[in-house]
Amino acid sequence: MSDIINLTLSALIDKIKNKELSSQEITKAYIARAEKSKNLNTYITTDFENAIEKAKKFDEKGNFDYKLPGVPLAVKDLFCTNNLKTTAGSKILSNFIPSYESTVTQHLWDEGAILLGKLNCDEFAMGSSNETSFFGNVESPVGKKVVPGGSSGGSASALAAKLTPATIGTDTGGSIRQPASFTGTVGLKPTYGSCSRYGIVAFASSLDQAGPMTHDVSDAALMLDVISKYDTKDSTSVNFKRGDYFKSLSSNIKGKKIGIPKEYRVDGMPKEIESLWQDGITLLKKLGSKIIDISLPHTTYALPAYYIVAPAEASSNLARYDGVKYGYRSQGENLISMYENTRSEGFGDEVKRRIMIGTYVLSSGYYDAYYLKAQKIRRLIKNDFDEAYKSVDAILTPSTPSSAFKIGDKTDDPVSMYLNDIFTVPVNLSGLPAISIPAGKDKNNYPLGLQLIGKAFEEQNLLNISYSMEKELNFKNNLQDWWIK
Amino acid sequence: MSIDLKTIKHIAKLSRISIDDKKAKELEKDLNSIFEFIEALNKVDTKKVDPLTSIAETSLKLRGDEVKTKNIREQILKNSPDENKDFFVVPKVVE
Repeated sequence: MSDIINLTLSALIDKIKNKELSSQEITKAYIARAEKSKNLNTYITTDFENAIEKAKKFDEKGNFDYKLPGVPLAVKDLFCTNNLKTTAGSKILSNFIPSYESTVTQHLWDEGAILLGKLNCDEFAMGSSNETSFFGNVESPVGKKVVPGGSSGGSASALAAKLTPATIGTDTGGSIRQPASFTGTVGLKPTYGSCSRYGIVAFASSLDQAGPMTHDVSDAALMLDVISKYDTKDSTSVNFKRGDYFKSLSSNIKGKKIGIPKEYRVDGMPKEIESLWQDGITLLKKLGSKIIDISLPHTTYALPAYYIVAPAEASSNLARYDGVKYGYRSQGENLISMYENTRSEGFGDEVKRRIMIGTYVLSSGYYDAYYLKAQKIRRLIKNDFDEAYKSVDAILTPSTPSSAFKIGDKTDDPVSMYLNDIFTVPVNLSGLPAISIPAGKDKNNYPLGLQLIGKAFEEQNLLNISYSMEKELNFKNNLQDWWIK
Repeated sequence: MSIDLKTIKHIAKLSRISIDDKKAKELEKDLNSIFEFIEALNKVDTKKVDPLTSIAETSLKLRGDEVKTKNIREQILKNSPDENKDFFVVPKVVE
């Protein structure tokens, strides 16, 4: 049993294909471990009985040519799953049962994967520590009372605790990469337009993107093969020629030009992150890459611009939650007061804050000063990357300015929480792909990640660079299973 | 520039979120600290910069208006917060 959960996704698939393991054995092993790991609070909804049933069916007459043959997977509760409750971590959707399936989860099931259940996340993916979920905090397996990061915190925690062999999250400002960095796992945000947004509960539509979270880079490539497909149901889906990411993995990165942006050397960054970054540079040199100092001069404006653009889009996207057709409803003496009470009771504090910021920056008289201004800054940030990519193939930065913090440490000050995403947000604003890989640990033994940012639609390049770094880094989480009951 | 209590209540109204005075004061503090942080953008001269509305700067494609999902009325009405299972029901709006 313990062997099963220690396998990577690709090793697990090999064992299924060789008939060394059955889908039922694997599914039951993950379920048994999840039952003993309830105090991490990773699951919002489990679908274990159905999972075992599906595994049984797969073992009887499954197609072993599938990419994910009979593999059980849990996914972030932001993906709509047909007939299974989808909450987005919010009270307002706490009883919502979709009548349709998100495109990316459909791709998983079409390749033979089996749904284990829905993983906790920050409410509407708004948060960096999984503390805004209506369904409670998620604890990270890396340490007691430590946050797993956010918003895909349940996904990161479940993956690191080996409750699922891989998972998918969504990343609007860092929500895949930051929790991956905090939990010693791999998180990939693909280029905007790679993975369909259809059926994902919308937060900020011009920034949202789904992506894999896995134990290693190979697994991320494998998952990307499954979920990155053109979709007519998403009007921003891009019909580009996708690679055969897993098969094309290569550790030859000789001559690759890697940019080091000086603006990411921020004040107050812990020494251990500075040296982690330096070690990454040394490693890339050893692997035959060429290191080039670059400048992304508008980096410091990315976060304030993000906190206009994302809330503005959120305030518009979340206007649909009015208590009429689905979700939580409160009472009111008339229609308007019913709306107001429903939204006041149904949304948590962080979501209300962002709706109000968004409403304000879009309101009459403030649009030009804030929203239009932020969109112009967004152009400058993207131009910075375009300019840099004239001389480099990819960019190396730390994933986060700190390691994981304790639950409750940053909840009183929204701005200090927002600063977590300082290195990840520019990527979303520019629509670029980026990956966070575990690269070391801090003095508390908490994982630290390095981020590689690539050119648009060049995920293969990004995967190859991180693949070759990963081999040398040889990172091990070595978790002590302290949470198992 | 700071956002006063009256403006907070006005934004709450526009956002269709009811807030009491205690909540309004909390939001006044939070939003002002967030906007203080946002004001940094004013340091950048953007007079000659075009706004970037979306990364996918392509024109939207048209597709046929085809029905792809049928007969899910019951399934959809099941999510209705009101007891009535034939319609979506809201508080009376016509006197």
